[in-house]
Amino acid sequence: MAGKVVTISSGKGGVGKTTATANLGISLASLGKRVVVIDADIGLRNLDVIMGLENRIVYDLVDIVEGRSKLRQSMIKHKKFEDLFLIPAAQTRDKMAVSPDDMVKLTDELRDDFDYVLIDSPAGIERGFRNALEPADEVVIVTNPEVSAVRDADRITGLIEAADKGPGRLIINRLKPDLVKKGEMLSSDDVYDILGLSIIGIIPEDELVLSASNSGIPVTLNTNSKAGMAFNNVARRLTGEDVPFMNLNGHRSFLQRVISLLEGR
Amino acid sequence: MTSLLNRLFGRAKIGSGATAKNRLRFVLQHDRINLPPERAEEMKKEILAVIVKYLAVDRERVEIDLEQRDRTHSKLVAELPIVNETDKNARPAAEVSAIAESNGAVKTADDEADKVGEDSAAKPAKKEPIPKAAVGEAAEENDNKQRGSSAQKPPV
Repeated sequence: MAGKVVTISSGKGGVGKTTATANLGISLASLGKRVVVIDADIGLRNLDVIMGLENRIVYDLVDIVEGRSKLRQSMIKHKKFEDLFLIPAAQTRDKMAVSPDDMVKLTDELRDDFDYVLIDSPAGIERGFRNALEPADEVVIVTNPEVSAVRDADRITGLIEAADKGPGRLIINRLKPDLVKKGEMLSSDDVYDILGLSIIGIIPEDELVLSASNSGIPVTLNTNSKAGMAFNNVARRLTGEDVPFMNLNGHRSFLQRVISLLEGR
Repeated sequence: MTSLLNRLFGRAKIGSGATAKNRLRFVLQHDRINLPPERAEEMKKEILAVIVKYLAVDRERVEIDLEQRDRTHSKLVAELPIVNETDKNARPAAEVSAIAESNGAVKTADDEADKVGEDSAAKPAKKEPIPKAAVGEAAEENDNKQRGSSAQKPPV
């Protein structure tokens, strides 16, 4: 069976695309899938550090595309997962070094050997985004519950649909349930009302995500992390599993707290 | 505890989350049809300027709004109450809503136009003053508009 190419995109920068890509890669690999993650943000390489693989890079995406290295020898194997690989972005080139056609050729080659090819799209709507979009079978749009991020998500939703790659599915990242409860943050329902995209994940704000990127160990590997659990759920939904959404409600009743204490949660 | 207090004091303040949602709705409405708010206002004025050449419209109650079901379904909805010329107290004879997408509603507007046309034919002397003033005002707005729009990029 041919693998699936999933592009992770957002329009706006800094909403958590790279974090999402790294974590979905880890989650899918831990589900036993064969996965390759591609950093398509040429010139601003980052997926390698989020995944803790920065020391192992020899070749990059542009080397592969320009034929200086073989695909197999350029992919970096993850320390923990045998079947998880990274193709890093080139750091010293720009986005024009790769074309949408190059990306299609590359992913077509990868499809035969992998279940999932995840592409971390750069921010913006120009060449880098086009490169990431062209080979996609499915697009996951990452946004934050915040005016500018949702606006940009809507903008790229239009571009994704115009390219016949839609409709994308949405990850709402960095949601703060306490603020939502106080009415001081857009809720996931609000975002759904506005964008009309189906939601594949709601990731709560979690300080452990920062520790994870500090240490290069994606947060899905931390079993105490709510964000990690939420990313795991997204990965399972990507595989077609029907996973109920986590209860992110910070305020629990006395009884609920007693029950979770007894259950050791 | 906070929720109890909120309930007791009835949550008088609207949270910034609701503000965010309203602002997003507004912004996306214009983003999606590639018509910035300023241009939309110009368009409304121009539409009204044309209408008042033919109809005595109750300007106070005119509503021309963009409505959006989702990102691919937008429509322009206009409600243009028409002033009955026989009644000098400016009570509208009929409220006509002309919906750009719906033929049925537009037809109603035409019917109303005919009706007013008949009225004015019956009492030509009475009709004169109001439309003239309205057209003059509209023409003035129109001039401003053309100056404004020449500097702006036309919507693609």
